[in-house]
Amino acid sequence: MMARPPIHPGMTLDGFVVGPLVHRGGMASLWQVTRAGTDMPMLMKVPRLDEGEDPAAIVSFEMEQMILPRLAGPHVPKFVAAGDFATQPYIVMERLPGASLLARLPELPLPYAEVAALGARVAAALDDLHRQHVVHLDVKPSNVMFRPTGKAVLIDFGLSRHDQLPDLMEEEFRLPYGTAPYMAPEQIMGNRREPRSDLFALGVLLYFFATGKRPFGEAERLRHMKRRLWRDPVPPRQARPDFPPWLQEIILRCLEVNPAWRHPTAAQLAFDLQHADQVKLTARAERARQDPWLTALRRKYDSVALATPPAEPSAGQVTAAPIIVVAIDLAEGDESLAALLRVTAEHLLHAAPGARIACVNVLKQSRIALDSSLDEEGRNKHVQRLVELKHWAAPLRLAEGRVTFHVLESPDPAATILDYARANHVDHIVMGARANSLMRSLLGGVSAAVAGQAPCTVTVVRPRNAAER
Amino acid sequence: MRIALLADIHANREALEACLAHARSRGAGRFVFLGDYVGYGADPAWTVATVMAHVEQGAVAVLGNHDHAVADTSETMTEAARIAMQWTRGEIAAAARQFLAALPASAADEDRLYRHAAGTPPKRWTYVRDRDDARQSMGTSAARVTLMGHTHVPALFGQAASGKMDHLRPTSGVAVPLLPRRRWVAVLGSVGQPRDGNPAAAYALLDTATAEIVFERVPYDVDAAAAKIRRAGLPESLAARLARGR
Repeated sequence: MMARPPIHPGMTLDGFVVGPLVHRGGMASLWQVTRAGTDMPMLMKVPRLDEGEDPAAIVSFEMEQMILPRLAGPHVPKFVAAGDFATQPYIVMERLPGASLLARLPELPLPYAEVAALGARVAAALDDLHRQHVVHLDVKPSNVMFRPTGKAVLIDFGLSRHDQLPDLMEEEFRLPYGTAPYMAPEQIMGNRREPRSDLFALGVLLYFFATGKRPFGEAERLRHMKRRLWRDPVPPRQARPDFPPWLQEIILRCLEVNPAWRHPTAAQLAFDLQHADQVKLTARAERARQDPWLTALRRKYDSVALATPPAEPSAGQVTAAPIIVVAIDLAEGDESLAALLRVTAEHLLHAAPGARIACVNVLKQSRIALDSSLDEEGRNKHVQRLVELKHWAAPLRLAEGRVTFHVLESPDPAATILDYARANHVDHIVMGARANSLMRSLLGGVSAAVAGQAPCTVTVVRPRNAAER
Repeated sequence: MRIALLADIHANREALEACLAHARSRGAGRFVFLGDYVGYGADPAWTVATVMAHVEQGAVAVLGNHDHAVADTSETMTEAARIAMQWTRGEIAAAARQFLAALPASAADEDRLYRHAAGTPPKRWTYVRDRDDARQSMGTSAARVTLMGHTHVPALFGQAASGKMDHLRPTSGVAVPLLPRRRWVAVLGSVGQPRDGNPAAAYALLDTATAEIVFERVPYDVDAAAAKIRRAGLPESLAARLARGR
């Protein structure tokens, strides 16, 4: 490669004025840069191409140059420009304020609620990334930052895979690339197509942040890394006896060896982290110690059957496991509409076997403050509504983990359903049309308001010829 | 500049018309035809005339094995292809025959090489179906980007300086950068007789300014093309396979 002057503060490159060095890593250096006419703080990432450097540095930089410009939204740094390998390779991108999660390590372990909230935000970012056809494959504290809005931002796509672009890493290197303590078993075995590898890595991060210990230690050698294929981690509650069962359930599910046993999507993981009371507890939640050695050894020599790469690309996998909200208006008392809603839900569940359903009812509250006797009445109403929601869902015969029930109290049903859909990364809202046409013409339809403003698909269910009856 | 790359048209007028219209709507400023204009389909005369008209306007066209078989009866073929070829020979006029006979086996254009297949055409036509095929093909030329057809299955192979090769099954409509530090073989899929399970016509657009290639799939009137094959009395299998894309 042609000799070129090294990047240094004060130099100008393609209109960018190079400022101070921010970070020098094994594969690349980061420089603060400015450009006339651009207010956004920016970073220039420059790969290390010196003689004797890791050849992965170049390939991983090529990958990031390909992937970053194709990503959009709040969960990734904004791409600004890229420089050619023929002259000086670089990527200029948005510089995010604040520090990565790495800065939190001295505070570990964090309170459980904070770990869950943080995990939900990172899972939401991963969901967005997976929908853009990218598996990150290097989720760890130093690659997670936050915007002032609280939204998580994933950085460093040098090890990522885009399922519609050539995977340069897959062919180039025989050994798996990633960060050893966080790498999913299938990734260790060379599978780079599995979005749920990112859920495993996030599970490692959550375990670490909630206990202060890494579940698989810091092993760097391949033989040690492979241990996680057969040796289960110490259950968190062994480290902290007060560890909440729901959080242990979620984290140990993330750490399942077989990706098919983890949450189907990052959005579903975020949902569980946001609804601790609705997490379906299994034997994982109760586990107090590791499996006996004999059991673990049997797994080792039984050659753990790791799931083969999914035939479907990552975005296909994500859409096969949607979060569906069924908004059920119990006050209406219309049995035929409730039955039709159920039929519609059944069809959707049949078409998407990984789907989960959140049954939502909005308990209308007047805006006037309630006195204590009414408050008691309100609680009773709330419980009564939950009972009715469960009754509605019972004929669907759903496994417990696939359905949750939520009574939301608000004076404005449409706004509440919309807020719920946004906060929970909902893919599809199913709701009934109000049968009473007088009410509808006076108040405006809730379903019309939801359908008009929803961040996702909305199905409005109406019994045939209901309007004429 | 956007270059439209069209391979394995196989006398399918409906498919070619759809692809040409699609390419123009995407701003294609140059056309490259990668062989096998005839054979299988029912519109060989119109197809060759259309390619000839484009070549007169500056388009590039190279020779395919079916084009070669029009004059050279020693080309080995499947039974259905042989029957279709016999029929084709009766359909095309002297000028078209001369045009086909004069086509080059390959054409170079900046850092690109256009050819119908790997191997040593017109003696040997070799499929590029996997990484080993692609590696062999790259070994026979110095071009950075080779564009070809012949397999009727779209694929993109990229080779790093280390010799490692990756294989992408392209997604329709998604631009893939042909990174400058690598060598590439793009196998375009077939305009007139796709065989990857998707019946839509396949072609690609290469943007020389951004060095990106987009594999496109274009729906066309499959029933009309199949009906013509049946009316011409050609083997039923040639008509039926269009709807299956196999």
